[in-house]
Amino acid sequence: MIAYIIKRLLSAIPVLLGISVIVFIIMALIPGDPATAILGSFATPENVEKLNRDLGLDKPMIQRYFIWLGNMLQGDFGRSFSLNKDVLDEISERFGATLVLAGVSFVLCSILGVVAGALSASRQFGITDKLITLSVLIGISIPSFFLGMMMILFFSVQLRWFPVSGMWPIYGARDLSALLSHLFLPAVALSVVATGVIARLSRSAMLEVLRQDFIRTARAKGLSEARVIWRHALKAAMVSVIPVLGVQAGFVLSGAVYIEMVFQWPGVGRMLVEAILKRDILLVQGGVVFVAACYVMFNIVVDIIQSLLDPRIKT
Amino acid sequence: MNVSFQFDKLSKKFPARKGALSLSKFEVSAVKTVSLKIKQGETFGLVGESGCGKSTLAKMLVGLMKPTSGKIEIDGEIFDKPEPKIFGKKIQYVFQDPISSLNPRKTIRQIMEAPLKNLHGMKRPDRDSRIKELFEAVNLRLDFLDRHPHEFSGGQAQRIGIARALAAEPKILVLDEPVSALDVSIQAQVLNLLEELKEKFGLTYFFISHDLSVVEAVSDRVAVMYFGSIVEVGTAEEIFSKPKHPYTKLLADSAPIIGKPLTLNENSGYELPDIMNPPKGCAFRDRCNFSKKLCSQKTPIFKKVKNGSAVSCHYPIN
Amino acid sequence: MTRFMALFARSQLAFIGLIILSLILILAILTPWLPLNDPNVIDTSNRFKRPFSEDSILGTDHLGRDLLSRLLWGTRLSIAVGLCAAIIAAFIGSAIGVIAGFYGGHTDNIIMRGVDMLMAFPYILLALAIVAALGPGLMNALIAVAIVNIPFFARNIRGVTLGIVHREFVDAARLSGMSNAKIIINEILPNVFPVIVVAMSTTVGWMILETAGLSFLGLGSQPPQADLGSMLGEARAAIITSPYTSVVPGVMILIIVMAINLVGDGIRDVLDPRLKSGALSTPRSTTEVAKNKSDAGLKTQTLLSINGLKTEFRIGNRILKAVNDVSLTVDKGQCVGIIGESGSGKSVTALSIMRLVSSPPGIITDGSIDFKGDDLLKLSSEDLRDFRGKKVSYVFQDPLSTLHPLYTVGQQLSEAIQSHNHVGKLEKHKKALELLQAVRISNPEKRLNSYPHELSGGMRQRIGIAMALANDPDIIIADEPTTALDVTVQAQILKLFQDLRREKGLALVFITHDFGVISQICDKVAVMYAGKVVETGPAAEILKSPAHPYTARLKSCVPELGQGKRNLIAIPGFPPMIDNMPSGCAFASRCGKAEQNCQSAMVDIKKIGQERAVRCLFPEEIKAG
Repeated sequence: MIAYIIKRLLSAIPVLLGISVIVFIIMALIPGDPATAILGSFATPENVEKLNRDLGLDKPMIQRYFIWLGNMLQGDFGRSFSLNKDVLDEISERFGATLVLAGVSFVLCSILGVVAGALSASRQFGITDKLITLSVLIGISIPSFFLGMMMILFFSVQLRWFPVSGMWPIYGARDLSALLSHLFLPAVALSVVATGVIARLSRSAMLEVLRQDFIRTARAKGLSEARVIWRHALKAAMVSVIPVLGVQAGFVLSGAVYIEMVFQWPGVGRMLVEAILKRDILLVQGGVVFVAACYVMFNIVVDIIQSLLDPRIKT
Repeated sequence: MNVSFQFDKLSKKFPARKGALSLSKFEVSAVKTVSLKIKQGETFGLVGESGCGKSTLAKMLVGLMKPTSGKIEIDGEIFDKPEPKIFGKKIQYVFQDPISSLNPRKTIRQIMEAPLKNLHGMKRPDRDSRIKELFEAVNLRLDFLDRHPHEFSGGQAQRIGIARALAAEPKILVLDEPVSALDVSIQAQVLNLLEELKEKFGLTYFFISHDLSVVEAVSDRVAVMYFGSIVEVGTAEEIFSKPKHPYTKLLADSAPIIGKPLTLNENSGYELPDIMNPPKGCAFRDRCNFSKKLCSQKTPIFKKVKNGSAVSCHYPIN
Repeated sequence: MTRFMALFARSQLAFIGLIILSLILILAILTPWLPLNDPNVIDTSNRFKRPFSEDSILGTDHLGRDLLSRLLWGTRLSIAVGLCAAIIAAFIGSAIGVIAGFYGGHTDNIIMRGVDMLMAFPYILLALAIVAALGPGLMNALIAVAIVNIPFFARNIRGVTLGIVHREFVDAARLSGMSNAKIIINEILPNVFPVIVVAMSTTVGWMILETAGLSFLGLGSQPPQADLGSMLGEARAAIITSPYTSVVPGVMILIIVMAINLVGDGIRDVLDPRLKSGALSTPRSTTEVAKNKSDAGLKTQTLLSINGLKTEFRIGNRILKAVNDVSLTVDKGQCVGIIGESGSGKSVTALSIMRLVSSPPGIITDGSIDFKGDDLLKLSSEDLRDFRGKKVSYVFQDPLSTLHPLYTVGQQLSEAIQSHNHVGKLEKHKKALELLQAVRISNPEKRLNSYPHELSGGMRQRIGIAMALANDPDIIIADEPTTALDVTVQAQILKLFQDLRREKGLALVFITHDFGVISQICDKVAVMYAGKVVETGPAAEILKSPAHPYTARLKSCVPELGQGKRNLIAIPGFPPMIDNMPSGCAFASRCGKAEQNCQSAMVDIKKIGQERAVRCLFPEEIKAG
């Protein structure tokens, strides 16, 4: 087991390097001179040249990559010109907010999705199945940002149950209940799409498993139907559902960008969009590498859980 | 003796790894130095249980897999490149699962034309007359040509598979379990057809099966394979009635025969040796009732016994 | 194609989706010719006009532009962009996937590493990075969305290609002298294509959402041009005062994507080959019994008696009579063999006893199955559960697929014990050990913690048998338990069955296609052909002197070991298709002795001698034993 964990961790190294290379190449593709973009109206030729030297942009590509990588490994992600702030500081401040939002949504959609999918499969073609399938269909077809806007309109503006936006009240205590009331709408809006996707895949995984011979064996043993569904079928279905959960975590992180915009949530996603619109390249670069690295780590955890569930994975 | 084809010290190793973390790679032997000479016009049977390496051997013989070592000689010509296109004109293959050996998205005509076009560069009219000839030989109706594989039963599909193999005009057919996927009442039909075709086209057969009685019924000579090696070769009349290798005897005794009571030595463990840790000496010794000290020390070599039969055992049964 | 449409129309939802989608597409195509206001003309004096007001059915936006006109133009743009992205992603991704899957080895390794790198990003991050580099704009958003989706196609298609490359027909094509390029085009692509279509139809919706999303963030289409996403983005500021400016484009996206998803699901189902065979529906826990089944139960003294059993499969309009009037009795401690070829109905008969025939499409339409005087076909599902595994248990053919892959042997055995006896943990463990010893597994303590994949085929089948023994049943049904095993292992399993019978006084129903096996362990045999029992009686007598021509010919066409090379006496023709049974004797067309009256009417089974019966008008002569 430990050998497997070590192996997975080691295998993450080339992936992380690959991510940094991809991001570096994409950023190197930016047309025009980044120094000019950074300096904006202060872009006199001398200033541009000085900044280029400061940023190391006069050196060859490969050398630049390793300097950038080296700096990043030492925690130096550069300085955001639009915020006039260290990139890593800004990211670590913002990432907490994204983690709360995406984490809660992920837990929500995993549980709801799997249960709905399993329930739906066990009653194939029944009324429960039809209702779940229909709601799932709407769930995966609705743009999350539109859903978020409609939720604000209905629950915050019409019913006044929840605050309209933000993570904390402007005045008043920053306690758990304040956080929860701000979190509820965005977390739900964010989890709807992923719940739909997970429910769909869980349903088809369950249907696949329910056709397997070992399910017939379980029934031939005289087990109760509840046991057949929830112990035998669901466990086997989880083998194909868990990797999907890993992928969905990426979708939840992605969706967070929209939801953060709609609900003015102070997370990394909103930071990135704003940085792109202001062409704050270092901030974009740093943010993308940071979040992608976290996502890689998360997927390692998923793989380890998977190997615990399925003894056939070689440990 | 008129040798049709032979292979010498053919072996196949696959790379493997022991643990998740171990970096040391090592190799697993699926086929270990197998040598055989097949006579012109003969049906040579190969028997073995699952995992003994018989399919790997067959794939090497037709050029679908590159041998790790050894050489293949057909009609005096040496074939050392794993190039099915070169092999194809001399030696062809009939697959176990007749349905899965036919592309579900093609018509039978397209399937039949492929070897004629690619191996012999035939033009349309020639192809048509050749296909007609072949279909008559395997007793299939010509109107099947425009249908798709899923419309056929296993027996019919296997006839198509045989006709396709013959279209390449090979001298030798490797038949890899050609009837195991078929129903009992259809098996005899296909086996009899194969016999007819052999006469008609002057073919040589290399017939692989796990079913002793089928192999015995169709073969002139039979080889028994165990754990990647040939352990015994002999005539079809004698090999199972007077087995010399203890494994051949175990096979013969295990086959259910009408009227013969079930006999079994319960102590004979049925586990194959671990392919990752192959045993020293004779691979069969742990299951063998006759094994002595020598068997665990030295790997037995293949030696002739009498009139064409050979066995690799330190203490063959008389 | 017409068959495709017919299947498609069967799914109502997909059909509704298709209609909606077609309507939207027609509108989008016709937009330039419709009498609409210019979508980009700004008229600030008429801003935020409510829907259904004069000259503008859907009202106007914050710059006084006509919403209806903007909606249609936006729809046109969104669909076009989503579709383009899907086509580009599908084309490049599929090409990569096919090449990686086909060539394998290093090519595959390098390509897939690259794909894994791209997949290591949460997809929008990559899209954002690309847009950041290329600058905001609709074209750039399209490129970003396409690139981000390439890995999805590459991975899927590679997986499918890998599955095809190892199929035998690809080897056959190689032996036909085809080059790699030809094999990819002629053999692989036609088989991969349906998967590409399905993957595309299920992702177009996504891509439309994704491009709309980028536009919503202001990174896609730039003003004044508007797709649905940027319309929503612009309307967001007025969500509270004029919500309809958001609702209009939002609902449109929802409708488009939903219609596409419905159609995509429909395409997926239609292209799934299992739809036609009826295998898409999951088997229920108990086989359905027709309500109008006649009440034919005969109370008998025997342990198990099957009377006039009929089991059918109903697939679409076809009715397959898999078991057609089968009667059979099993006495205490007796071993009854059922022999027949595939499709003869032998397994369905056995599964009907447990009511484990996959249902739907299976349904038991007639007959009765009496076990110690109770008709099993009338049991409630609760009572049936109590009966399964306790009174009668079942051993299946393939020991790998019939054991749960994720539970240990010990867990599966204890569960079998637990299901009918509430016993303590310690006792369960003891009983599980006993069971493993009973099936002669060496080192049972260690094996309790093994998973099925760690065991050999023979060992797995022993576990299957141990599980069947868990509650000391009266009968074990063994459904070709040795067919998947090697001949040396088969002998051991047969011996085990024989010993267990002797030790525990078990009755055994043994299903096989091998006369040798019947001869070695059965007391009585029933020969099945085309859903009917054609001959029954003591095994030794039937094997010595079969009465039905089918039995006689089947026996003689199987080579028997020890006779050297010889010609075989084949049975001509094929078994009848079970959806098209002849009215008379099903074997008549293959039988050398058939007369006119064999074909004209059903042949009844009749007794010959004390214990034998045969369904034939001209049975073979019985040689005296």
